[in-house]
Amino acid sequence: MSTIKINIVSSNEEIYSGEATMVYATGSLGELGIAPGHTPLLTGLAAGPVRVQNGSEEEAFFCSGGFLEIQPDLVTVLSDTAERADSLDEAEAIKAKESAEQDLANKDATLDYAKAAAQLAEAVARLKTIQKLRKNQ
Amino acid sequence: MANTKEVRKQIASIKGTQKITSAMEMVAASKMKKTQDNMLKGRPYSLKIKDVISHIASANSEYPHPFYEERSAKKACFIVVSSDKGLCGGLNINLFKQVIAKSAELHEQGIESCFALIGSKAPGFFKSVGAQVVGVAEKLGDKPNPEDLIGLTKVVLDMHKNGDIDQAYLCSNSFVNTMTQQPNVDQLIPLAPAEQDESIPTQWDYIYEPEAKELLDGLLTRYIESLVYQAVVENNACEQAAKMIAMKSATDNAGDLIKELELLYNNVRQAAITQELSEIVGGAAAV
Repeated sequence: MSTIKINIVSSNEEIYSGEATMVYATGSLGELGIAPGHTPLLTGLAAGPVRVQNGSEEEAFFCSGGFLEIQPDLVTVLSDTAERADSLDEAEAIKAKESAEQDLANKDATLDYAKAAAQLAEAVARLKTIQKLRKNQ
Repeated sequence: MANTKEVRKQIASIKGTQKITSAMEMVAASKMKKTQDNMLKGRPYSLKIKDVISHIASANSEYPHPFYEERSAKKACFIVVSSDKGLCGGLNINLFKQVIAKSAELHEQGIESCFALIGSKAPGFFKSVGAQVVGVAEKLGDKPNPEDLIGLTKVVLDMHKNGDIDQAYLCSNSFVNTMTQQPNVDQLIPLAPAEQDESIPTQWDYIYEPEAKELLDGLLTRYIESLVYQAVVENNACEQAAKMIAMKSATDNAGDLIKELELLYNNVRQAAITQELSEIVGGAAAV
């Protein structure tokens, strides 16, 4: 029986890697059944189970969304770690902006290169001194 | 000459400090293992997403994505990854130095800079030098969630979409080994053209469900998010390694100091005894 390679990964871990005779997934436009030799396809994933069948064995994984790539001999599931929606992303972006503005009044300020260089030079000198002191001991 | 009580007090206080630094060293050593594991766990995703993107590049996609487009640059955004806590030697300073050097180089070419900062140390520095900060994500902890970085990345990508910035750089430390961390400033946008996968014949295209544009948008956004996330977990591993080294040398230094002070203490004690003896002898002779 021919098989197809399947990899399921999320950004902080590898979830599954192996062979399958059949893969079922919930695409953003509907349920998909993937047999070996499937035509190349790229689709979004909706939240739902991804089932991997290998002979009589079956394993199921939950994906909260992501992407699915199909090559004739390879299926790649790029799973998101959390549910994503534009509105949620927007809220996160606003949060990041707000924390930037919180203790920062100088929004249009220009970067003072001389000051930055001086501060860095001082910090580096301090580190070097510590290292030197250490060597002399 | 110092008296014995003073020296004893000093020794006790340094011993206290030494205990703290050696405890911190051990904590960093055990955390380093975990952060390194995290770093390795995230790799499959970035490799796979890179594969998919290279497949797309070799397909005859009808839609060229703006992330690949070279615009005449007027403004660049630096995403700077720093540690949340200090006491890790020159880790952050060395990175900031590179960032500032790159920013100064761009400044000479007429390209202005703005900054999106990750970790608590970067905002402190960049605000004090008057840099324009567009986004901050701090206090991510030892095991950062990819979701915590979505907002910051979106701010940068939105600015790119609106034409506020034309380039983006990702600045972080890369983990070479426990002793060495390499500060890097890598160009994020425009993305380097994806390598075409030779094993896949050209002249074909995917079936896209739904639209190619929508999918590519999402995929490339995820790709950039995964790069930023990888940079953060790698920087975390660097932080723990650097902290371990810094704390180890602090513990060693404290040991050296204690040795010196003990020598001084014995000298002082000896001198005091000698003085007392000579006083007694002198007193006896006077009687």
